[in-house]
Amino acid sequence: MGREVTFRVFRGEPDEDGVPKGELVDYTVEMDEGMVVLDVIHKIQAESAPDLSCRWNCKAGKCGSCSAEVNGKARLMCMTRMADIEEETPEGEPVLIKPMQAFPLVKDLVADVSWAYELNKTIPPLTGPEEKDWVFSQEEADRVQEFRSCIECMLCVNTCHVLREHNMFDEFAGPRFFVRLADLEMHPMDAGDRLEMVKDDLGIGYCNITRCCTDVCPAGINITDNAIIPLKERVVTEYYDPLAILAKKLGLRK
Amino acid sequence: MTDVRNHQYDVLVIGAGGAGLRAAIEATRDGASVAVICKSMLGKAHTVMAEGGAAAALANKDPRDSWQTHFRDTMKGGKYLNDWRMAEIHAKESPDRIRELEQWGAIFDRIPPGLKGADGKPLKAGTISQRNFGGHTYPRLAHIGDATGLELIRTLQDRGIHSGMDVFMEYTVRRLFTTDGRVSGCFAYNRADGTLHTFQGKTTILATGGITRCWAVCSGSWEYTGEGHALAYWAGAEMGDMEFVQFHPTGMIWPPSVRGILVTEGVRGEGGVLTNSEGERFMFNYVPEMYKNEFADTQQEAQAWVDEVIADVTATQRRPPELLTRDVVAKAINSEKKAGRASEHGGVYLDISWRDEEQVKKKLPGMYHQFKELAAVDITKEPMEVGPTAHYVMGGVKVDPVTQESSVPGLYAAGEAATGLHGANRLGGNSLTDLLTFGKRAGEYAAKAAAETDGYLEISQTDIDAVVAETLAPLNRQEGENPAKVVEDLREMMQEKAGIIRTGALLEEALADLDELEARGEKTAPGGGRIYNPGWHQALEISAMADISRMCALSALAREESRGAHTRDDFPVPDRSHWGKVNSVIWLEEGEMKIRHDPCPPISAELRALLDASDLSEEE
Ligand SMILES: Cc1cc2nc3c(=O)[nH]c(=O)nc-3n(C[C@H](O)[C@H](O)[C@H](O)COP(=O)(O)OP(=O)(O)OC[C@H]3O[C@@H](n4cnc5c(N)ncnc54)[C@H](O)[C@@H]3O)c2cc1C
Ligand code: SF4
Ligand code: SF4
Ligand code: FES
Repeated sequence: MGREVTFRVFRGEPDEDGVPKGELVDYTVEMDEGMVVLDVIHKIQAESAPDLSCRWNCKAGKCGSCSAEVNGKARLMCMTRMADIEEETPEGEPVLIKPMQAFPLVKDLVADVSWAYELNKTIPPLTGPEEKDWVFSQEEADRVQEFRSCIECMLCVNTCHVLREHNMFDEFAGPRFFVRLADLEMHPMDAGDRLEMVKDDLGIGYCNITRCCTDVCPAGINITDNAIIPLKERVVTEYYDPLAILAKKLGLRK
Repeated sequence: MTDVRNHQYDVLVIGAGGAGLRAAIEATRDGASVAVICKSMLGKAHTVMAEGGAAAALANKDPRDSWQTHFRDTMKGGKYLNDWRMAEIHAKESPDRIRELEQWGAIFDRIPPGLKGADGKPLKAGTISQRNFGGHTYPRLAHIGDATGLELIRTLQDRGIHSGMDVFMEYTVRRLFTTDGRVSGCFAYNRADGTLHTFQGKTTILATGGITRCWAVCSGSWEYTGEGHALAYWAGAEMGDMEFVQFHPTGMIWPPSVRGILVTEGVRGEGGVLTNSEGERFMFNYVPEMYKNEFADTQQEAQAWVDEVIADVTATQRRPPELLTRDVVAKAINSEKKAGRASEHGGVYLDISWRDEEQVKKKLPGMYHQFKELAAVDITKEPMEVGPTAHYVMGGVKVDPVTQESSVPGLYAAGEAATGLHGANRLGGNSLTDLLTFGKRAGEYAAKAAAETDGYLEISQTDIDAVVAETLAPLNRQEGENPAKVVEDLREMMQEKAGIIRTGALLEEALADLDELEARGEKTAPGGGRIYNPGWHQALEISAMADISRMCALSALAREESRGAHTRDDFPVPDRSHWGKVNSVIWLEEGEMKIRHDPCPPISAELRALLDASDLSEEE
């Protein structure tokens, strides 16, 4: 018999008011070499709980489906190695697995992230020149490619206190969408202007640069320093910098 | 009476990968109302996993490239079983599909300043760069590091959500309905809340991707159970070339939990070398006759090519044999294993660590992380261990090359779900431009046909009742096996008996085993309710997996030769006189799976002149 591990997994569904109702259930499975957290969940499904819900697709950190909270920290289950989890879990304690807590619950480990899809629809798309074969340098591409590597896992959104603790989903776009907006605003060929939206509807001012989002991003995007702060600076220049406002009035800037 | 909700749309698109989204964008552009129905969430489809790039003869990186050369490479790689008309359309239209994607927001890697082409003239800096890949004569793959699929799907997703399509996420389609011989709609259940739905559509596009989950070692996600292929087959559509399943030569093999995960061909394109346990660079021993003139025969020459690639100058040397087509490399690895020269965990070594550390991290960031995080291997310092993994199905729904309509009126197919472009073996990078080129065409022609149709066809209530009963049946069974066990056994069986090297005897066993597995599948009991119940979903997938596996085994048994991705130990050589000239066709008739072989469509003299004359004379 090989080494065993016990997972304490949230099982439950929301009640009529959307409040999660459920319990933590212990499952013990035998470990194989090189397992990740998602493998353990799959083993639990195969051995004892076929109806245990979790999302996953690629099992390679590319699709951003398998987000959950492992020992209280938001991570991709498919990229979290059991070797590391066993090291961080105190001797004799089970590994705690919960769905992302900032989002409404669907069931067990599955969270309802439809908010993100709705919000995305409100962001005006790229507007570039009609002519084909665009020309720009790799340096210009690099800046935006960092943002393009987002896998929409929503771990950053789940972690940001503005959303998680203050529940400001209607006023604040959250880190994922500031990454998307930075991508559009810094695209070398884009002619659109979304700054007013960033300031008003998307509430960038609520971000107080705690960098918690950056810490959990599995794509390694420097969300706060490279996306949010530059967007904040652009908003300040556009709306609060007296010289810029004067220049705009005089028709010197767009 | 179970509650079933009905929806009506001009065009139904099943699948939201590259093919489905591109089709939906085109159909809405033509004014149709469009429903996109997909098993997982938007932006998560399999396409997101594509790594290396999208092949299109833009000729940015090497001005010698042209659609004619791309066409020739595709046909040659497919061992001439491709539908030449699709290969022609693909080679001609791919560059425009890539340029258009750029205008929709995709940021491909760029050509740096100061590069010169083969003719000594400078290349245009700042245009889309292209990389080398197996079987492509020139650097042809537009790419974004090794995350090209993510860029493609995100771009189409962000474009799509502004085009007016309605997306039904986490809905699994279980049946296509036909009314008087025409596809009239489909049945689906919502995975998240267990509700049941019928969709009426004037036309339906199947863009459901591949089937490789039927094998134990595969690079695919849970979605690849082949339901899409089965839907078409059950609706009466003709399925082609189902014996051709591509095993990608380089999947991860260690630790066991990552077995099958893809290691992009880009590693070899960037100079990665394959060695056996004796340290020998074995690919030099496996260059087939038809490629002898195009590949290096010494390590020095191969290295000279890699040096040119690293220096970003136009290659003048012949390329390393590691870049032979996938069927050749996968079989070579298999032979090395058989000869007792496998690596520690039963594969071979792939080594890129001789290159500069920073360059490896920049060119192959995904691979660097994948090995570091999942296998605790630093690829900048040590070799990877790799082995073949089931990766792509060349076979699928037979379609009209121009309109993408199947043999069932009103049903269209595009992307991996359709067949024709790739013949007996797909070239890397040709799938992503396949999705764009034929996704667009399917959307265009399906919308056109919908516009010419008045009203919706009635769906028979008997048909609806039958599929509802069948869908809910697993939940009503109190006692029975865990569906996961049946699926696991099926996958292990296919790996062993219908895998990379096949024999008649094993394939016959596979067919018999499938009957047994299917019967077991009908008796599983997942337990639980209708809300997000993966056990129930899996129980429902088994019948599709069984039929898909059967198609593959049956057509593999019939083809008594070895060609491209299909290798028969009992018929090890290609048979040019007969098998080299026919495509297999499978269809359902009165509850039975039938097979026949049709002659490949005759190729026009003009296009034939583009092909490799020496291969063709061999093919006679
Ligand atoms: C790891 C990996 C790397 C690859 N790299 C490359 C590469 O570099 N270049 C290249 O050209 N190709 C590559 N390929 C191949 C290529 O990615 C796929 O062939 C291609 O993405 C398939 O796209 P698709 O649009 O046909 O289907 P998919 O992207 O697979 O989408 C299928 C869609 O259908 C839906 N669906 C399926 N069944 C149902 C159902 N029953 N009901 C409802 N919805 C359903 C799914 O939810 C999904 O939305 C790679 C493949 C893999 C696995
Ligand atoms: S930096 Fe801003 S967006 Fe990120 S977690 Fe902190 S408050 Fe939220
Ligand atoms: S920015 Fe990072 S953490 Fe946030 S959704 Fe994208 S990949 Fe996930
Ligand atoms: S399953 Fe795709 S990121 Fe984990």
